[in-house]
Amino acid sequence: MPTAIEETVELPKLSNDEIARYSRHLILPEVGMEGQQKLKAAKVLCVGTGGLGAPLALYLAAAGVGTIGLVDFDTVDASNLQRQIIHSTATVGKLKVDSAEIMLKGLNPTVKVIKHNTMLTSANALEILKDYDVIADGTDNFQTRYLVNDACVLLNKPNAYGSIFRFEGQASVFGTKEGPCYRCLYPEPPPPGLVPSCAEGGVLGILPGLVGVIQATETIKLILGIGEPLIGRLLLVDALGMSFRTLKLRKNPECPVCGPNPTVTELIDYDQFCGITPPSEVGPLEVARDKAVTDLPVVDGIPQISVQELKRKLDAKEDVFVLDVREPHEYKIVNLGAPLIPVGEIALRTAELADKKDSEIVVHCKSGARSQRAALALKQAGFTNVSNLTGGILAWADKIDPSLPKY
Amino acid sequence: MNIHIPTPLRAYTGGLETVSVAGTTVSSVFQQLTVQYPELKPHLFTPEGKLRSFVNVYLNDDDIRYLPNKEETAANDSDELTIIPSIAGGTSCRL
Repeated sequence: MPTAIEETVELPKLSNDEIARYSRHLILPEVGMEGQQKLKAAKVLCVGTGGLGAPLALYLAAAGVGTIGLVDFDTVDASNLQRQIIHSTATVGKLKVDSAEIMLKGLNPTVKVIKHNTMLTSANALEILKDYDVIADGTDNFQTRYLVNDACVLLNKPNAYGSIFRFEGQASVFGTKEGPCYRCLYPEPPPPGLVPSCAEGGVLGILPGLVGVIQATETIKLILGIGEPLIGRLLLVDALGMSFRTLKLRKNPECPVCGPNPTVTELIDYDQFCGITPPSEVGPLEVARDKAVTDLPVVDGIPQISVQELKRKLDAKEDVFVLDVREPHEYKIVNLGAPLIPVGEIALRTAELADKKDSEIVVHCKSGARSQRAALALKQAGFTNVSNLTGGILAWADKIDPSLPKY
Repeated sequence: MNIHIPTPLRAYTGGLETVSVAGTTVSSVFQQLTVQYPELKPHLFTPEGKLRSFVNVYLNDDDIRYLPNKEETAANDSDELTIIPSIAGGTSCRL
């Protein structure tokens, strides 16, 4: 296994301080002086400094990777800290790249941190990725997954891939000449909404730690040129069963990017490819993808009502029926006292609302997307006066009752 | 034979990680699976009945797309099927 770093560069020398710091590496024959120098010469790009990127970047910095690039455009939120250990309570509200830099520099002041406070797009990806030796993809959405994959294949850079969902993780190394790419495994993304997403989302906080550290391990193996990287293999991690399996991956001879007759020879419009509206520059991509419906009076035939308007109606004792369509475990966190029918059960449980056929119904969820779906389902089931609460219970907590917790 | 159900699809199998289904080929096992758990069907198959392209199915350690007989590959009770869906998470969703 050759090293992933450019072998033409003369390896940098280690100072006496560095020799002391990395002594546990230096006495491993598989790393040694030369390996540690390779790490120092290496440039790794972490795409995302979230759940996966946090432990990944920390371990790379600890291991002595000389240059770590960070791509993120988000700011640190208190809800990140359950798993994103590169950030801290003191940096809530700061840019994630700035927050991450503080932690990385605190751990290892010699590491060079290059901050890319931007959203990775087709327009900038090749320019950003081209200077790095290894790319570690820890993003949270399909568009960026395909974008990073294609850019890695086009630039011939290995991609230490990791992905998580609730209790389950995947890891592999894509984008090498000899191995398959992400598109060989998944030629097309799932259409938006088909794969259960945010409504049943959430993640066990330690799981991205587990998977991010696997990505870091693969990255370091690629730099050192040792062991058997996950090229052509997909590691499946099940945190509940604590089982690890690897499956063989094949290079797809008809792969549109890495096959012998590629049809994708430059970066494309990945939002279009994934069938979604482009993400905004503000806020996380997943919110943009499944975004709360905003500011339009009527969306797909469903009137959108503001929290202020609902408050006014309730205060005026108007005959309005409020329905919560979140999941029971969310209801336990915070609720408005409204009856609960989870969005997935609406179609089956309309009989419970039979007497509300012509009543004014206002449906709410956490931020307004699931309740829009539920409102559409109710309308289809013959309910005549259904509206969607814009911004959901989060907007209610923001604008009407600040004593409520936000999650 | 046993079919391993990935987390995102367990909502449609009553939370079960492994379900046991009878069948002699991969496709007949899937047929039976979707009879037993009808809500799984739209997540695995297109309206035309084709396995969706973002769903990978492994018979033991092999991707069925690369087996000579693909979905018609013979399967017996000691074999295991694993469904591997696309997941994209790097952090949790916030909806």
